[in-house]
Amino acid sequence: MIELKVMIVFDRVSKVYPDSSVALEEVTFSIEPKEFISIVGPSGAGKTTLLKLFLGEEKPTRGVIYYESVNVHALDKKEINEFRRRVGMVFQDFRLLPNKTVYENIAFTMEAAGRTDEEIESDVPHVLELVDLTPKIWNFPRELSGGEKQRVAIARALVNEPEVIIADEPTGNLDPVNTYDVVQILKKINNLGTTVILTTHNKGIIDSLNGRVVAIEQGRVVRDDKAGKYFK
Amino acid sequence: MFWMKLKRIIRTGFFNFWRDGTVSLASVLVMMVTLMVVGLISFSGAILDITLLELRNKIDINVTFVTSAKEEDILNVRHALESLTEVSLVTYVSRDEALTAFKERHSSDQSILSALDELGENPLGAVLNIKARDPSQYASVAEFLEGGNALSSDGITIVDRINYFENKAAIDKLTHIIASADRMGFALTIFLAIISVLIAFNTIRLTIYIARDEISVMRLVGASTTYIQGPFVVVGIIYGITAGFLTLLLLLPLTYWLGSTTESFFIGFNIFSYYLRHFLEIALIIVASGVFIGAISSLLAIRKYLKV
Ligand SMILES: Nc1ncnc2c1ncn2[C@@H]1O[C@H](COP(=O)(O)OP(=O)(O)OP(=O)(O)O)[C@@H](O)[C@H]1O
Ligand SMILES: [Mg+2]
Repeated sequence: MIELKVMIVFDRVSKVYPDSSVALEEVTFSIEPKEFISIVGPSGAGKTTLLKLFLGEEKPTRGVIYYESVNVHALDKKEINEFRRRVGMVFQDFRLLPNKTVYENIAFTMEAAGRTDEEIESDVPHVLELVDLTPKIWNFPRELSGGEKQRVAIARALVNEPEVIIADEPTGNLDPVNTYDVVQILKKINNLGTTVILTTHNKGIIDSLNGRVVAIEQGRVVRDDKAGKYFK
Repeated sequence: MFWMKLKRIIRTGFFNFWRDGTVSLASVLVMMVTLMVVGLISFSGAILDITLLELRNKIDINVTFVTSAKEEDILNVRHALESLTEVSLVTYVSRDEALTAFKERHSSDQSILSALDELGENPLGAVLNIKARDPSQYASVAEFLEGGNALSSDGITIVDRINYFENKAAIDKLTHIIASADRMGFALTIFLAIISVLIAFNTIRLTIYIARDEISVMRLVGASTTYIQGPFVVVGIIYGITAGFLTLLLLLPLTYWLGSTTESFFIGFNIFSYYLRHFLEIALIIVASGVFIGAISSLLAIRKYLKV
């Protein structure tokens, strides 16, 4: 049975891609509200797949994913849109809209959530200031460096004040100073009451966070430490 | 909420049209080809109609009466013919008028004229020229005359001959040609229309295919279907309107240039003056087709990428 205190549950989730490569096998763990959880594992372990399943971009082959006791994959189109607006996602490959400026990329997410023009005009510069990108507000993604694109992606995930932030390798392209900044931002947001799910290879981050770590290898959960360190 | 959404969708559509400059230009050009075909179809319809009308007007039958027939009896026949629904026009040519016309026709042939003079009296009978509403109806008109409706008061037939029976083969053939030209024109129109719409549809599909990754990202940040689809439909409509106006402009010099050619080829039909006279009608057809094709193509093409 699902406890009330639990926010997200992966219940024996398996994913086999159409080319029959097994990305996840019987993954089971749950996440509490306001938790800061890191998912670690070598490349190809299935971390991105896990997040795609959560956001409904891919369907699990077996198993169920619950968000606040609701099966995410049983939602209809309209409900899944509403669910996605409550989640802020930072994609590993950024996935910015190439024909929109930095401002418009972030504004689009707010428009999609039905926010007013006044809110958009005041919140977009604010969130860009938070990720230190104010000078690039009118640039297109192709005019930004990898790290700058990553920060736009983070700003976009933050701007709707979601209940959960999912960050897939958000520091992959950043130098140590920027990495530290991003982690500080995520920590701050977590302190304000947002659940954070972070995937990373970066040992330093895990050690400095000193929080819960779920390790995945070849599609299986091999370790779940309440205050873990990154062990290879 | 509705107006805010609509405003944003339209604004985004205009932005996208403008930013994807080259793609928009290519799409508008392809759409222009499609709309040009639509325009030419409406012209060819008019040309066909006018040619057919012209041909139909050329068909008639002549009833020649015996020289002894009384004018009164002939006028009775004329009256009876005019009351038939198949008949559109009956013209009476009296004996004297027939003679004058005959002399005029042969004014250069001295031997015929002198032979006429030698004869002393008018050898020509009066004629009723009959035009039917439709070529296929001449048979029943001829039958009507044959069937004893053209008798003098003493019950003798006053009809000398009816040239329908002489021309029957030619009339049948023409009727047949007109009917098949009508059918062929229709089939060709449908065929051309389908081809050109498919070309426009595929072009728009390509532009949406280019944006497929963007569409999936929009989905993943929780944008609703209408909110993603809307701007694409707006862009499709802008393609249609732009291409429509450019096509209308381009048709001006084109029809002007073709004008004198069509005039000598299809009697009395000048494509340029036809275009000017029916401008509003043609403009409506072309722009509305553009808008319709653009919007529907976008709607259909994007559906595939909204599944995420
Ligand atoms: N669309 C797909 N079709 C087929 N196989 C896929 C697909 N996406 C991922 N995979 C496979 O699933 C496995 C897990 O991939 P995933 O992207 O989840 O790994 P990851 O843990 O995020 O790796 P990384 O740290 O490099 O980002 C890999 O073996 C990968 O090749
Ligand atoms: Mg990954």
